[in-house]
Amino acid sequence: MTLCQLFLQPDAAYACISELGELGIVQFRDLNPNVNSFQRKFVNEVRRCEEMERKLRFLETEIKKDELPIYDPEDNPDAPKPREMIDLEATFEKLDHELKEINTNADALLRNFNELTELKHNLQMTQGFFDEAQAHPVGVLEDMAGEREIELGGQTTATAGMKLGFITGVIPRERMVTFERMLWRVCRGNVFVKQADIPDLIEDPLTGEKVHKTVFVVFFQGEQLKNRVQKICEGFRANIYPCPENPHERRELAMGVMTRLDDLTVVLSQTQDHRQRVLAATSRNLRTWQIKVKKIKAIYHTMNMFNNDVARKCFIAECWAPVSELDRIQLALRKGSEASGGGTVSSVLNRMITREQPPTHHKLNKFTQGFQNLVDAYGVATYREINPMPFVLITFPFLFAVMFGDAGHGLIVSVFALWMVIKERSLKDKWRTQEVWTIFFGGRYIILLMGLFSIYTGLIYNDVFSKSLNIFGSSWRVKFGDEILNRRDIDTVQLEPTPYNYSGTREYQQMYSGTPYPFGLDPIWQVSENKITFTNSVKMKFAIIIGIIQMGFGVFLSLWNHLHFNHRYAIYLEFLPQIIFLACIFFYLIILIFYKWTHFDGLVSTQAPSLLIQLINMILLSYPTEPESSRTFYSGQRGVQTALIIFAVICIPWMLLGKPIYRIIMNKRRANYSTVTNHTENAEHEIDEQTHENESTKKVEMSEVWVEQGIHTIEYFLGCISHTASYLRLWALSLAHAQLSEVLWQMVLHIGLSTNGYAGSILTFLVFMPWSCLTVFILLLMEGLSAFLHALRLHWVEFQSKFYKGEGYPFIPFSFRLLLDEVPIEG
Amino acid sequence: MEKFGIAVIVFTVFWSLIGIVLPFFIPKGPNRRLIQVMLMLTSACCYLFWLCFYLHQWKPLFGPQLTSSDARILRSLWGTDF
Repeated sequence: MTLCQLFLQPDAAYACISELGELGIVQFRDLNPNVNSFQRKFVNEVRRCEEMERKLRFLETEIKKDELPIYDPEDNPDAPKPREMIDLEATFEKLDHELKEINTNADALLRNFNELTELKHNLQMTQGFFDEAQAHPVGVLEDMAGEREIELGGQTTATAGMKLGFITGVIPRERMVTFERMLWRVCRGNVFVKQADIPDLIEDPLTGEKVHKTVFVVFFQGEQLKNRVQKICEGFRANIYPCPENPHERRELAMGVMTRLDDLTVVLSQTQDHRQRVLAATSRNLRTWQIKVKKIKAIYHTMNMFNNDVARKCFIAECWAPVSELDRIQLALRKGSEASGGGTVSSVLNRMITREQPPTHHKLNKFTQGFQNLVDAYGVATYREINPMPFVLITFPFLFAVMFGDAGHGLIVSVFALWMVIKERSLKDKWRTQEVWTIFFGGRYIILLMGLFSIYTGLIYNDVFSKSLNIFGSSWRVKFGDEILNRRDIDTVQLEPTPYNYSGTREYQQMYSGTPYPFGLDPIWQVSENKITFTNSVKMKFAIIIGIIQMGFGVFLSLWNHLHFNHRYAIYLEFLPQIIFLACIFFYLIILIFYKWTHFDGLVSTQAPSLLIQLINMILLSYPTEPESSRTFYSGQRGVQTALIIFAVICIPWMLLGKPIYRIIMNKRRANYSTVTNHTENAEHEIDEQTHENESTKKVEMSEVWVEQGIHTIEYFLGCISHTASYLRLWALSLAHAQLSEVLWQMVLHIGLSTNGYAGSILTFLVFMPWSCLTVFILLLMEGLSAFLHALRLHWVEFQSKFYKGEGYPFIPFSFRLLLDEVPIEG
Repeated sequence: MEKFGIAVIVFTVFWSLIGIVLPFFIPKGPNRRLIQVMLMLTSACCYLFWLCFYLHQWKPLFGPQLTSSDARILRSLWGTDF
């Protein structure tokens, strides 16, 4: 990783940045951090881009409203040149304007259409009223003036100087009752209302919703009442329509309305077609435009970070770039300069020397990306330190599998992960908004490895949905006779563990063949009462063994780090005491475990040493003779263990005092050098020495060094013991998983399997559903999450604390691909 | 004793083939080192796991405890000969 300076010609700058964006391997630094974003050079261009994005968003919502499909572009469109930006802006402006015009026109037409529809219904209904009035001469109008002329068609009669007027209109159905009541109250019962419901749903011209409406006719006498009625109609927001009294006029009006309605329908459909066409044309290009605009905006944002050198008339940019990619960057710059019109002076790349810590860049692919995320979640690796990811890639799924350990569950998990991996392409962009899904999908390779290892550990634990497989034939046989097995007072029998007749008695029967089951746990243990006692022992021992080995591996990785950074002193002052302590106590423990496995059998089972007690006695330097399991069990044990303890204890002050004393000596030497070389004229030499000394031994406060080293020492030595015990969670979780699985089988599925006959088959069918649901939700999801978390903790704390510093910051290159991926394209 | 040896030899050879021999045959490419590390670690972990369970069962300190009915079933199912 190196810091580079780019000198870009102003006209070539845009094209060069575009090329670098496509390449995606440089990280630009902001050279104007104190400048307000409104005062930057290209703020206008960024504003124009945002305006374009706004218009595109508007177009997208319109397209979505009409439910047209949006086409994804096949290829990756290039960032357009600055000239093209103006064209794009013009296109968007035109489309925007056109669409807005279409929308307003359509709204106006629709309103008109709805009014006319209401008028049509109005006329129909009132026609109905007056026809009815004609048909029933003894109509309801009798109590009004009693003039027969009214029934003949609603003509105003002039008899007795009384004029009967009417108002017709349309009102929403729910308001009808209150409307009538209000009219009755205000006009003191001197008006007459007739109403008829419109059967269809009408679209209200003002709100646009479809509501039930009612046509009403209000008859009244006199101007005053007319005013009152009109005011009430306005108050209730009833739409009043003029209705001619003459039936001929009415009919003419009705015909006119019908023709106008037909015309409007045609115009409306044409407007809709036009809109569809415009939107369809837009939808084809929409995504391409969006990508182009995003790219332009990104380029201008980047260019805002540059320093504008007015004197030399060029842009200066600073960026971090991997050393191995410098050639490609040069090529991209040359391409950019040529593309922007073959400038006479091409852009220059200049490497800079700096003391700053560069960002950390790991080359990853889709498989390793997931695991790197797991490691980075704890801390990004310091620049150039060893990346634990390749090791975590295997040990994490393995430790998960040790805790999960069921071949049937592992199979389901593997199949799920395999589906996600095989269907990668099509599933990549589906359900992007569902965060839980994206988490599962992002970790598909992790889940696949976890599942595969779980199948392996499940076969070794001989646990398939809490049942065992007997592939090779058990090593145990029941050789008890009937006289023992048929006795009523004996509930359980225990098989003989020694494969040979040790005491020469006649009752001895060989029940164990002498050769263990070739692959995994013997199937007889699944049906025995003391299964847990047996498996606890082996699982705990394995957990300790794998834990110590992983921690030792971590310490060796720290050696690798020391060698890389050339910290020779650290090898002797930190690595050696750490590994010696670990070896003396914990590798010795592993040797004892293997010794106990190979040298003690059923004959001497009472004398078999209890390893935990032995370890405690070793540290306490006490060697009791009772109980039997605490005695020494090999000759010379006292001497060996005492020696190991002495070596281990020496390591503590070695690590505590070593590094600080080294620092003190180095500081003294530096002080000597600077007084000696001050007298020489060789200034260069002095600077070299000083920089060399500076880099290896910066002058720090001695108290700080003591405190820091004290903390590290305590952390390491206490950590050795506590982390070793912490690995016992591998045993604990696998026990919990096995027991849960067994409970689920015994309590749920067994109900169906133990019933006989047809009832049994139906019951099994019914019971399968809760059993499988509980298996998936409790055992797969909950236990899986739990084991995932614990395996992750084991890596972050127990493994990585031995060598990992994690104080770096990630390398985030300026890349169009990253930019387009991070924001979901669909809304 | 021979049967014990057979299983040990078979599995040791199997995992050492995967972990020690196979890494030399990975074709050159950007992922060569990664695949080598993966193979070595996988075979080491899996072999160790199998070995621990195998050794633990070789000289058991106690035998399985069965209910009398289960014992009768197993006696008739598996017979009394090895």
